[in-house]
Amino acid sequence: MSQVFLGMPAHAPADVRALHGTQPFPAAARTALADSQLRRNLGAATATIRGKRAAAVAEVDDWEQLRFAGQQIKAATMARLDEHLIRLEQAVTERGGTVHWARDAAEANRIVTELVKAAGADEVVKVKSMATQEIGLNEALAEAGIAAWETDLAELIVQLGHDTPSHILVPAIHRNRAEVREIFLREMPGVDPDLADDPRELAMAARTHLRRKFLTAQVAVSGANFAVADTGTLVVVESEGNGRMCLTLPPTLITVMGIEKVVPSWADLEVYLQLLPRSSTGERMNPYTSTWSGVTAGDGPQEFHLILLDNGRTAVLADDVGREALHCIRCSACLNVCPVYERTGGHAYGSVYPGPIGAVLTPLLTGVLDNPTLPYASTLCGACFDACPVRIDIPSLLVHLRARSTELRAERRLVPTSEAVAMTVASWVMSKPRLFAWATRAARLGRLIARRGRIRSLPPPLSAWTATRDAPEPPTSTFREWWLNGKERS
Amino acid sequence: MRIALFITCLSDALFPRAGQATTALLERLGHEVVFPPAQTCCGQMHINTGYQREALRLVEHHADVFADADVIVAPSASCVGSVRHQHATVARRFGRPELADRSAAVAAKTYELCEFLVDVLGVTDVGAYFPHRVTYHPTCHSLRLLRVDDKPLRLLRQVRGLDLKQLPDADQCCGFGGTFALKNAETSSAMLADKMANVLSTRAEVLTAADASCLMHIGGGLTRLSAGSRTLHIAEILAATDTADGRPTR
Repeated sequence: MSQVFLGMPAHAPADVRALHGTQPFPAAARTALADSQLRRNLGAATATIRGKRAAAVAEVDDWEQLRFAGQQIKAATMARLDEHLIRLEQAVTERGGTVHWARDAAEANRIVTELVKAAGADEVVKVKSMATQEIGLNEALAEAGIAAWETDLAELIVQLGHDTPSHILVPAIHRNRAEVREIFLREMPGVDPDLADDPRELAMAARTHLRRKFLTAQVAVSGANFAVADTGTLVVVESEGNGRMCLTLPPTLITVMGIEKVVPSWADLEVYLQLLPRSSTGERMNPYTSTWSGVTAGDGPQEFHLILLDNGRTAVLADDVGREALHCIRCSACLNVCPVYERTGGHAYGSVYPGPIGAVLTPLLTGVLDNPTLPYASTLCGACFDACPVRIDIPSLLVHLRARSTELRAERRLVPTSEAVAMTVASWVMSKPRLFAWATRAARLGRLIARRGRIRSLPPPLSAWTATRDAPEPPTSTFREWWLNGKERS
Repeated sequence: MRIALFITCLSDALFPRAGQATTALLERLGHEVVFPPAQTCCGQMHINTGYQREALRLVEHHADVFADADVIVAPSASCVGSVRHQHATVARRFGRPELADRSAAVAAKTYELCEFLVDVLGVTDVGAYFPHRVTYHPTCHSLRLLRVDDKPLRLLRQVRGLDLKQLPDADQCCGFGGTFALKNAETSSAMLADKMANVLSTRAEVLTAADASCLMHIGGGLTRLSAGSRTLHIAEILAATDTADGRPTR
């Protein structure tokens, strides 16, 4: 990166609310941990998806090779991202689409709003999309007097419940069917008052509600799972078919896509279409894969706009370690295996991207000082790396971001925290063997407050440990003393 | 074989019995154990908490202390994981490629105890006797960083008298995570609660693992609740014999 600041790359601005939580992670987690309904909903749902994924992955003999391919294709694509994006723009344009470039959330929202207004519409139907969640499109459209209807069943539940998504794939994972029934009864116009909490009945109620929107909407807004640069083809992968309705019925289609979603060729796409469904829903293949290239006379939307969104992505690309996070294909396998996510749920992360990938992607997009607690929201247990279909080394990225966080604080000459002081002193002591030996012997003082082999209470910050756990009583002699004293039995 | 013991700071200061057991075991198997006394700490806590600059001097110190060792063994998967997967990265981050090379050379001859026994010494029956009901927690770093797989279980299965019980959801993290246990104490405790429930469901007397740190965490939870299971480092089980009183080190 140039030493002279040229204005690029820029992080996602601070007013991108979907990437900035209102509370630090530990505080938000505390609230979630106390919600026993949430805990049990999440535990059951993640365990189910984990089991399905494990079975679907076990069927594939060359799964590990596929993961390597997925990793390498993304790395190669990112290395020439600018070229692939320009090829994509050319191919989309040649096939009758229009490409727009959006620096950040505000610019993307403005472009979509203008396009909807130009189409003379005051409502849009939406395909489930992380990019439009990230930029807060629904809120921006609402401000302009345009209603955005989520058509993915789970997104609909979230929208009707005046809630926010808590999972990338299953946005309403924190709700059980009894809660979904209550939301429908309260918020869905014309719903059958005798609605039961049977999954089929709930789906039929949503279908009736949505069908009217599909048939009347003049504009659809989607995200994209992939875009093939060679042919300018956009790809949306889904389960319900509601996305297909949005992509084919309204005369105008607007797609908002993060710039990292491009793949060079259909041969590359093939790898991801194998990796994604098995990692995501635990299916061999997802029920609906929609692809479209520009517009086709007399078939489907007659106007197509592609908005290529940066919103911090080039800043991530400029981080030679962190850029790996851009390989994410949003399958959410890492969320489902994460022991932290399973207990806190997605809202605690304060970002549309929760879980392990969110704990790296969010601070990378916003700059780590805007989300300083997220890289610490992990035990570094490594389950996410094993589950990731494109082998993103999330634990190493977390460690990298923790380092960036303390380095940036030091560079900006912020007042050192007590932790920073303690760490500096500790590393100094630990680099001097004699001092270290003295310090470990001094730990013996802990015996004064130990009872029956344990310490029940320590002063802050160690009180956070002893709130729920005993600390061990220090031994009468350290290992080093035992050794240097001729290995006498202590 | 002349084996340099990398005791780890935690074992040195708080759990010397794990180191004593490692020494006794390796000597019983006919090897010479040496303890380079200048060793201190691998710096994992610093690295994982974001203090890589402070860790750099520890990384360098570790590379200096163990440069001449033939082979290095530690009773900790986590610390071996740091040496193997983090030290060279830290050195390179601060433009020290020569240190990265030295760290990599040390890492290449550093082993966690169980993998050393099975992979290098080629033994699974170490002649141990431990007549107790035991369950084994595969710590995250032994399982997913070092990939020790079932090596510790293969060792435990050969221990005479030992009644090995399968731990449900064994591969789930106990919630320790170093400073995570302090920074996110409530989430850590929630994970610990589930781990303890699984341990207690086995009715085991002893929970064992290859890391003193995770055992300190789970053990701290178990004693707080007077739960009836105790924790013991796997080295202490493998070192136990019936030549004494039939009971291990505690």
